[in-house]
Formats: sequence, structure tokens, C-alpha cells
Amino acid sequence: MADKRRIIGTALRKVDAVAKVTGGTRFADDLSFPRMLYCKLLRSTQPHAKIVSVDTTAARQLDGVHAVLTGQDLPIPFGILPVSQDEHALCLDKVRFIGDPVAAVAATSEETATAALDRIKVAYEPLQAFDSAEAAVAHPEPRIHDYGDSGNLHKLINLEFGDADAGIAEADLVREDLFFFEGNTHLPMEQHAAVAMWSPDGKLTLWTSTQTPHYVHRALAKVLELPAARVRVIATPNGGGFGGKSDPFSHELVVAKLAMVTGRPVKITLTREEVFYCHRGRHPTLMWVRTGVKQNGAITGMHFRSLLDGGAYGSYGVASTYYTGALQTVTYNVPRYHFQGARAFTNKAPCGPKRGHGTPQPRFALEVHLDKIAEQLEIDPAELRLRTLVPAHSLTANYLRVGSMGLGECIAKVVEGSGWKRKFRKLPHGRGVGLACSSYISGAGLPIYWNNMPHSGVQLRCDRGGGVTVFCGSTEIGQGSDSILAYIVAEILGIDPFDIAVVTADTDLTPVDLGSYSSRVTLMSGNAALQAAERARQILAVHAAKRLEVPAARLSFAAGRVFDRKDHKRGMSFAEAVQLAEAAEGTVGTVGSYTPPQGAGKYRGAGVGPSPAYSYSACVAEVEVDPETGIVRVPTIWIAHDVGQSINTAAVIGQVEGSIYMGLGEALMEEMAYRGNRKVVHKIPSLLEYKSPTTLEMCDVVTYLIEDPDPNGPFGAKEVGQGPLLPVMPAVANAVYDAVGVRIDEVPITPEKVLKAIRRKEKGEVGRFGPDAFPEIPWPEPTQIPTPWEGGDGKAVTGAPIPLERPH
Amino acid sequence: MSNESKVKIALSVNGEPAEVAFAPHKTLLEVLREDLGLTGTKHGCELGECGTCTVLLDGTAVLSCLVLGVACEGRAVRTVEGMAQNGQLHPLQETFADLGAAQCGYCTPAFLLVAEALLAANPHPTRDEIKHALAGNLCRCTGYIKIYEAVELAAARMRGEVAQPTRESLYGR
Repeated sequence: MADKRRIIGTALRKVDAVAKVTGGTRFADDLSFPRMLYCKLLRSTQPHAKIVSVDTTAARQLDGVHAVLTGQDLPIPFGILPVSQDEHALCLDKVRFIGDPVAAVAATSEETATAALDRIKVAYEPLQAFDSAEAAVAHPEPRIHDYGDSGNLHKLINLEFGDADAGIAEADLVREDLFFFEGNTHLPMEQHAAVAMWSPDGKLTLWTSTQTPHYVHRALAKVLELPAARVRVIATPNGGGFGGKSDPFSHELVVAKLAMVTGRPVKITLTREEVFYCHRGRHPTLMWVRTGVKQNGAITGMHFRSLLDGGAYGSYGVASTYYTGALQTVTYNVPRYHFQGARAFTNKAPCGPKRGHGTPQPRFALEVHLDKIAEQLEIDPAELRLRTLVPAHSLTANYLRVGSMGLGECIAKVVEGSGWKRKFRKLPHGRGVGLACSSYISGAGLPIYWNNMPHSGVQLRCDRGGGVTVFCGSTEIGQGSDSILAYIVAEILGIDPFDIAVVTADTDLTPVDLGSYSSRVTLMSGNAALQAAERARQILAVHAAKRLEVPAARLSFAAGRVFDRKDHKRGMSFAEAVQLAEAAEGTVGTVGSYTPPQGAGKYRGAGVGPSPAYSYSACVAEVEVDPETGIVRVPTIWIAHDVGQSINTAAVIGQVEGSIYMGLGEALMEEMAYRGNRKVVHKIPSLLEYKSPTTLEMCDVVTYLIEDPDPNGPFGAKEVGQGPLLPVMPAVANAVYDAVGVRIDEVPITPEKVLKAIRRKEKGEVGRFGPDAFPEIPWPEPTQIPTPWEGGDGKAVTGAPIPLERPH
Repeated sequence: MSNESKVKIALSVNGEPAEVAFAPHKTLLEVLREDLGLTGTKHGCELGECGTCTVLLDGTAVLSCLVLGVACEGRAVRTVEGMAQNGQLHPLQETFADLGAAQCGYCTPAFLLVAEALLAANPHPTRDEIKHALAGNLCRCTGYIKIYEAVELAAARMRGEVAQPTRESLYGR
């Protein structure tokens, strides 16, 4: 049945491109309904305080105010993870960060709603606030939450895969390093917005800029105590997400409740300042790593510790914490591995998943650490990595199943393209090159709510006019997920992708797709679409074959026709094939779905890290460092990305270039900074002062696509949306060292830090800027999991067991 | 407040005369989105920082969040909705669509209009001139590169050249 590919691997327009260039795309804030009310949220002015009283009397009396809500109106907690249902739509009895929502108003205009907020009186009883993970470790009391593993430590993890200490003891060189990765935020250009509508027949509809309509659907049903069947969530196209619209949010629940209370449509559009409070961005993370290596570069063991500043709520934090220890093993061969991770609650905006989710921080640490090791071993950093690559189709020490693995080819491409061998340690003072690599998951192996149902579903309908409609819960956030569905279906059915209508992200109309997170959509919804399209093709082929009097297996579907591969004239239009099938069988519709393969690890915590496929990237950054000012400029980055197989090459390159851009911002300037003597007031909740790269800072990017098809991906495709961001920060840090001989073991690499390190070096001190201590953490006893090469079966031999069967 | 009396102005919107009444404190951005129904113009920061709300006022790119509606009496406003003519995309819209210069698309209307103003003033811009013209607009998706390429390709076509995207920009190396 294999026809020559006509669409996969080309560079067609996206199916929504014309809407996006004409202003036709309707984002959430572009929606408007008759009699619509506007909602505003009153946010906490205290970082940590008990709520003594909330007086809304004066607000309710203002003309134009239709409803005022406080925490008592929405008392049921929620949260993205079942283990962290620690948020309330409006704070009930205490506030946990400046910006925590306390009350809400619905009024006839935003101005009236804002005026009403000014009339709400909140009395607070302040509590001691904590501004860093270290402060939270040092102060178990007062607790920010009344749950968590210890005091103000939300989560503690201690996993030992083989005896890492014994492995390290066999090494020729043992190196220890400390790193810090400052928090930063997604900064989507579109502020979150939502519109809720309540119908007197008991149905609620919410349009919202979310990456995860399925989880918003769950949260609405839970908090509003509505049957899920009466709740409809429509994710509007997101004006950028990057992970920042992946949690169910307070404002979504609040407008829904306000619509129910007032019987009118209610809309909220967050201000830019409020987007900084929603946050859920990169966790500030302190890391310690000790690695043993042989003289030839082979790693004998690794011990990695991370301490995450989680901010005020759980969000995805448990998963984020596991992710800081999960993927160290999928790039380089680590035969014995010990990971300890801790996440602290603090009184700052909650952290969560930003592009790369929990893995950019350890990747930064690991890749700079390896650069230092390579220097000590006097091995070229590219060569060191090539010597220690994880083999394709293998199992890691922590039971991650690596499939296709194109990292070696990626390294070769950027080494050649960048002129690495004639530049590394050879450029004049002030100029340098640095190399780093990375890997990322193509979707998580386990769903957030453990169950045996598919992670992605597609319904497909063939119209007798020759059009096809694809229904899928996946959410378009600019990455091109709507187009991927159309391309894949068009490839299989041999039709023009622009003859396909794509209906997505509507819980009333579309089968569940878990959401646009963890780089899962192309692989998972793509596989579901592939299955649905192949089933439709089979149905059509049976009836076309009968009419054409050729075996069905000999039929080609291409260029809008169904025809005999051996006699191209013997055929019919695609529409005629649909008509024949419809006449014989009735409406032609199929379904497809995708569930990832089960992970190999059976220990508690094994749920984070497994993926159907891992992408790989290698990156060389060239920098110019001004030793007088410490200013770092990055003229060019060379990046090679193993995407398995491009579905649309232009879209893949767009994701690579966008990842480099975002990584460059994280490397050089982006940070969630807090100020004041308590360091809990956000310093820069605006787009001007939160520095991000403009056209003038953005580097040139030279992109190489490596296509090593993975057996688990649709047509072999793996992820590209997140992985290429990861190597940028360490590549820049390594290049700064090559340029001026100082180590900046902390991002962002600001001029101040570079200058301080240069001054220290000039004074004969260590030319370094970075953290110098990792606090004492009350780690639990380690869970010991023998590695595969020690005869392990993926189960722990100590520590709490987990149920082997997933709950239904 | 919402009960203040409205002002009425006459202006040209996308080449057509329009009259619109609105509360006098409203910005051009709000008038366009809320009173004229032209939601193609987006807001990103409310403070004149991100460039997302850019429109052309008498041919000059302005931040519509920093222009009062009442200041637009008798003036000509051009928004993204006015770029396609008679059902045909503007050359910049064609190249933005073909090269993937729009990902989420939220900042795209502003980039298109800034680029249009640039090409009106300078039909043959260098890469550096394009970067400087676009430096006031933030895009978080693309890394700007596809945007430069789209502007360059459209510029060539608008000069009457037969130009195609480079192989590298569509297929990598």
C-alpha cells in the first residue's frame, strides 16, 4: 500500500496560516457576546498571611456591579496533579504570594469592575514569608501548606540506580560542581483570557486560552460540582503558550461561576502584570553534581542533587522535580546513577512547566560539568560526548527505553558546520565557542490521571463531496498541531490537506487529547490520525476496488484520486470513492487512538521520564564577550536536531529557531526577579523590564535536521518544540569560558556576573560566578533499583512499592 | 467611568470613511477592537512596550495603545484587516504564510504592518535595516528569522522580481 510520500517531509503552508496573517484568528479576548459582563480579580498584597476578613459590601453597592465572589463561593480545591489539589479559585483562609486572587467582581465594564475592587476591604494577619528554597529549607514553620513531605518541602525524592558511590570510586577523575538556574517565565504575547456562558438548561461553556482543555474540563466539573457532560470547554487558539497555559487557572473557574451566578456571559482578560502572577514558569533550581570518569571519558557513576524553588503552589511541581533527575541518562551512558531532588514551597508566584519542563536546569548543569571534565581530561568536549553516547534501542540505568538516537550525527553536523576544530580554544581573547547537547521526550509515557484510556483520539468523517473532517482534542498553540492532523490524513488518503477541515480542542465535539504539553502532540495525535486515516482508506479501498475490478492492495490514493498502481488511468476521484462506500455502508467515519507503550520502570517515580521517543540536539554557540563590560553577544548558533522525521520541515525549522531564541533569552537575560527587603515582590511584572531578546539581540541560527525515523512516531516523527532550547544555555556558558576563561555556573549570564568573575580571576581568585553551597536536606531513605545490567527488572528492592496494575 | 458621554470622530479606516463614537479616554487600540470590531489588532502589554498593537496612522507605524482615539479625527488608520485586497493576500501576507513567519499569530498583524511601512519607505532593505525596523516588536515564537526571510522575499516580489524562498529556510541544511 506504500505510495510515494507527497506531503510528509515537505514545507506546505499551515492550514491556519491565512487566518493568522489576515487577523482572522479568533483568540479568546477577541470573543464578545451580547450582555457580556467583565470580570476583574482582587489579588493579594501580602506574600503570606491569614485572611481575617473580606468585606465586599461597598463593592456590591456600586452601579454596574452584578456579582462579587470570595473564597467561600468556590471552596473546592483543585490543581493540575491529583497529588497537589492545593489551589482555590479564590483564597479561602490564607494567601501565599503577592498576586494570589482573593475576590472577583463581574460588572458591566472593566472600569466598573476595577472600581469595585478598590471598594473591597481585606484584613490580613501577616505570616513569615520565604523568598527562596534555602529559606524554606531552613524554616519548616510556619508551613505554607499543610501537606508535603517535610515542613516547607513539598516533595523529596531519593532514587538510587545501582551503587553510584561505588561507581564513582572506580573513576580516574571525580568532579563536583554546583550550579544555579534562575527562574524565568513564558511571556506569551497573548495574555490569558476566558469567556464563560451559562445556559438556563444547565450547560456551561468556557472559551479559554488554555493548552489543556481536557484538564480545565475536569477542574470545572469538580470545583463547580457540575456533571462533566454539562461542561463544554473550547480552547481558543493560544497566542503563545510555552507551558504557561497548561494548568487550570483561578480565572477560568471564577468566570464560569460568575456566569452561573449572573446568567450572563462573563469575560476576563488578564493584564500583563497578572500574567506574571499566573507564571507556572521555570523553577529556580540549585544543583549539585558529582561524576566519576575514566581517563578515556567513560562515566563510572553520577550523583545529582536538585533543589527547586516551587513558589506558592504545587502545580506540576512533583513532575518538575522528577524531571530534574530523569533525562541525565538518555544522552550519555551513566552506568550507575543516584538522584536526589527536593521542591520547596516559597511565597512567590507558583512555578510549573516551561518549555523543557524541569530538564533545562539539569541539562545546563550536566553540559557545563562535562565541559569542565573534558578540559581536565584534555579531551575535546565534542569527542568526550561522542565516546559516551547512549546506544540506540537500549535501556538506561533508570529504565528509560531509548529508541532512535541521532545525537552522534547531530554532534558531527554542528562540529563541522561551526568550524569547531579551528575555533575551540583558538579564537582570540574575547571570542569563544561552546558546545552542548540535549534530549527531550516526545510526550510522557503516563497520563496525569493514571488510567488505561488513550492519550489521544481522532474521529474522521469523509464527506461525499470529497472533503474530510478531522476531529481531535489537540490544542493549537502556534506549534502547528492542527496542520499536523491535516498533513497526516492527507498523506494517507491522497488528498489536498486544504480539503480537510480540522476541528480541535472542543470537549463537546472532539475526542480527548490530553493537551499541548510535554511535546506530545505530533507523536500522539499524529498516530491517532494515522490510524483513523488508514481505517478510512481501507473502507474506501474495498468499494473502489470492487468498482475498478482490481485488488484493493493495488490501489493508490494520491492527488485526489484512487487508482490502480499498475494502470493509473483506471481510477476514480476520491469523492467518487467516498460515494461508493457511503452507498454501500452508510456514513463513512472512522476513529483512531494512541496509547504510549508501557514504561520499563516499576518503581515509585518511574512515571516521569518514559516516552515513546526521545529527540536529540547538539548545539555550538559562538560568543563575543567584552572583558570591560561583561556584555555577551551571540552572533551565531549552529544547531542540529534529530526529529526522527519532519512532518513539515518549515514548521520544524520554525520550532528549532524559536527554541534557540527562547534559550538565548534564558541564557543571557530572562529572570523572574523579586525585590524589596523581603524579596517577595515581583520586581518586573512588565514586558519592558522583563528583558527578552528583540531582533537586535537574536543570533543567526544555522539549522541541520537529522532524520532518523523512530519506530514509535507517525512516519518516524519525534518532537521538536522543546528539545532544541535545552543546549543553548550551557553552550553559551561554555563559549563564555572559551572566550574569557571564566566559568559562569549560573543563568542568566548577565554582564554583572561575567564582570565579577573576570575581576575575581584578575585578583588571582577562582574565575567563577555561581553558587557555593547546597543546603542540608532531610532526604528520605533511598529507593534502590538495581540497574538492568545488574539483573534488575525495573522494580525497587527497597522503598515503598507501587501497584503494578494501573488503576482503572 | 462608563457613564461619561461619548465623543464621535470621523476617520478613514482601511481606506473607507468611518464614524465612531466612544468614551473619550479610550485608546485607538480599544476603539479599533471594541467599537469598530477590528479585533485583528492585538494587545500585549498595555504600556507601549511590546509592539503587538501596532497599526499604521497616516502611513506611519504607531503603537495604538499609546494613541488616544480622539487624536485620530480625520486621519487614516490601516490595520491588518485592510491588507488583503479583493480577496487577494498582500505579498507580505503570502510570504509570512508560506515561510511560517506566523506561528501563534498573535504578534503577526503588527509585524506585517511595520514591514509594510518599512517597504513603503525602503523597497530594498538590508537584513540589518529589517532588524532595526522590527526591533520594537516582540515575537516569542519564531526567533524572528522566518520573519526577516518573509520580509525579504516579499520585498523582492514587490520590486517585481521573481523570487522564491531559499532551500535552507524551508528544508534546513
